[in-house]
Amino acid sequence: MPYATLALTIWLIPMCVFTLLALTHKRGFMPKISDKIATAGMGAGLLIALYMLAGVWGGKPIPVGPGTSYFHFNWFNISQNVPIKVGIAVDHLTIIMLVVVTLVSFLVHLFSMGYMHGDVRYGRFYCGLQIFTMSMIGLVLADNLLFLYVFWELVGLSSYLLIGHWFEKKSASDAAIKAFITTRIGDVGMFLGILLIYAQIGSFRFDDVFAAVAKGDLAGNIRMLAGLGIFFGAMGKSAQFPLHVWLPDAMEGPTPVSALIHAATMVAAGVYLVGRAYLLFDPTTFLVIAYVGAITCFFAATIALVQDDIKKVLAYSTVSQLGYMMMGLGAGGYTSGLFHLTTHAFFKACLFLGSGSVIYAMHHEQSMSQYGGLWRKMKITAATFLVSCLAIAGFPFITAGFYSKDLVLGDTLAFAMRPENYRHILLPVLGFGTAFMTAFYMFRQYYLTFTGKPRNQHKYDHAKESPWVMTVPLAVLGTLAIIGGGFHFAGVNAQWFQPMIQKPTLAAYMPAPAKEHELTIHKSDAAAAHESAAVETAHGASAEHGEHEDPIVLKAHSIAMILSIILALSGITLATFFYFKGLTEMPAMIASYAKPLHTFLWNKWYFDEIYYATFLAGTHLMAGLAWMFDKMVIDFAVNLAGYSGRLGGWLVGLFDKHAIDGAVNGVGAICSNGGWLLGRLQSGRLRTYLLVMVVGILLVAATFAAIVK
Amino acid sequence: MQAIGLNAYLIVAAVLFCLGVINCLSRKNAIGILIGIELILNAANLNLIAFNYFSTTAFAGQIFAIFVIILAACEAAIALAIIITLFMNFGAVNTDMANRMKG
Repeated sequence: MPYATLALTIWLIPMCVFTLLALTHKRGFMPKISDKIATAGMGAGLLIALYMLAGVWGGKPIPVGPGTSYFHFNWFNISQNVPIKVGIAVDHLTIIMLVVVTLVSFLVHLFSMGYMHGDVRYGRFYCGLQIFTMSMIGLVLADNLLFLYVFWELVGLSSYLLIGHWFEKKSASDAAIKAFITTRIGDVGMFLGILLIYAQIGSFRFDDVFAAVAKGDLAGNIRMLAGLGIFFGAMGKSAQFPLHVWLPDAMEGPTPVSALIHAATMVAAGVYLVGRAYLLFDPTTFLVIAYVGAITCFFAATIALVQDDIKKVLAYSTVSQLGYMMMGLGAGGYTSGLFHLTTHAFFKACLFLGSGSVIYAMHHEQSMSQYGGLWRKMKITAATFLVSCLAIAGFPFITAGFYSKDLVLGDTLAFAMRPENYRHILLPVLGFGTAFMTAFYMFRQYYLTFTGKPRNQHKYDHAKESPWVMTVPLAVLGTLAIIGGGFHFAGVNAQWFQPMIQKPTLAAYMPAPAKEHELTIHKSDAAAAHESAAVETAHGASAEHGEHEDPIVLKAHSIAMILSIILALSGITLATFFYFKGLTEMPAMIASYAKPLHTFLWNKWYFDEIYYATFLAGTHLMAGLAWMFDKMVIDFAVNLAGYSGRLGGWLVGLFDKHAIDGAVNGVGAICSNGGWLLGRLQSGRLRTYLLVMVVGILLVAATFAAIVK
Repeated sequence: MQAIGLNAYLIVAAVLFCLGVINCLSRKNAIGILIGIELILNAANLNLIAFNYFSTTAFAGQIFAIFVIILAACEAAIALAIIITLFMNFGAVNTDMANRMKG
């Protein structure tokens, strides 16, 4: 079957299951089997995704460039001749994303059977997981910005629903609202970017956008603004500085949700978007992306150093790793950024599910100060957690995280080592600093949780290893954290990702020179576009094809590999001394010596406080001013209108009372008084009547006589 | 002997009529008023006979007069019935007393 049909099937499965569960998850026996239906559906989706991956490996690769979209049709027409075309696209990146999403989603479904067992809204939870998976698959399949935007908002919605799963808790519902609104801020920028592109080229499809960039129709400031707008959306979704504040709070949601949405897939959607719209961005935008990523990865790592909540550490670690991906993409490392996305999905999902397993065993205690020595009770969890810690720390040669992080750092370093980019040396410096801190805080977390003496004996006594539905996903993800990056050392080359994902080039979107006269007309344009494409290829520091020839790139990657090995190992060693054996009193000493720094980090760089003092207080101030305006001006106007109405009514009342009523009463009075007067004539005296009659007859006779004469 | 002319009849009839009218106007007694009315009718009768006498018409005046007499008889019967009822109600035939429907 063609890839597109398979991909559409993967999308339709959660769509149907979601519809079914949404309608029935409360009825009859459905609450008991909704988890099984959802998990089976995800399993089927995973098998299809793996089949597609096998198809690509088995000799049916998809060429890079245009022509990967299928099923595109006119969704609707804005006016007579302005069609909105939409469809789905399948290329290698899509297939890898499909595998990652369905795999993590399937394992999280399985894990949730244990973790969420007996939850009050068990069916609803699976319903949320299904709509999320459906939206995420739709997001990676979209071949146009409009569909992508629709699913982009849908993953935001499902994230909102799942963070607020325990909405009885004030903090959970607050966190859900915060996540939704913060990402919406980014989405506004993204929507503006999309509209800007549409206004410029009249299409939402990626193929058309890239073709317009190649032809030079979309260039200069418009291209830069559109790129920045779309990246702003990615910043919101991928929790980049300064829109990262929602992600740590989102840990209020159930831990499997954190693993699926806030570690492996949804937050990676921003990185995926930057990768998907890669050719849209111009050098300035790439610099912004790289700096935002570098700042994010560094500051989040510093916060993670001191946090106590096991999920908060992981949340900041996720922010930091997303910053890595962005930095890699921004520095021209297309493959490396997306590679890190994939491996990170494996080991971070494993870490989150591992923390979920620990939290489950410790009866929903999340503070690491209450843990300790848990490896004796939870061997599988401890082992997989250790493996994932090694992966995220970048333990050399055997872990997936080492390969991807090394590539990111190498690409960043290569970018900064180019003579024209020396001033951007801060990027790799921040990256390497983060690599050291990552190794340190991850092993701090591992030692605090699994080794040493139990710090809460009561809870420790009741802790036990989680059931198989929770340990099997851990084992699978732990394995992938080791082998998911391929192997590339000492002559053995078993890379799987790098050959599949090639950096796209604008040349592939060049219009074929069809007719002579068109060629002459567009000759200068095409030449200019060719030039700019050539410049950009040079800019993207490690153009994949030229990677092995370029001496700077080779040198940078060698330096990066050595440095990252040293930094990872020293970070792990330092953490071992501080939190396992040797200098265990050091952390407290350092914390007390550098009290202000510790407080600063403990309070997460005071971001929430700053936002409270600026945006929230500003909003309150605005609301107060609006209230005053309402009170003073609007209410006054309304009251004035009311009073003038009353005055008018009073005047009309007066008129009514005196003129109209006067007329009516006057008629009555005339009749009444006239009647009285006429009544006087009816004296009741017969002689009077006779007299009047005689006089009358005489008058008639006199008149008659006068006329006759 | 000078024949009596039409004017003489008319003058007598007019005098009779005026007497009848004055009688009607000046009396309170219902029976008196009735007598006044009879005078007026007879004045009219006199006029009718006189005109018939001095014209070439055959008997029109006489027939009219007989009609008026019959009418007067009917009128007298009804009027007397009214007067009796009046008397039964007020104990008198004074028309001024029957003023209950005055305005």
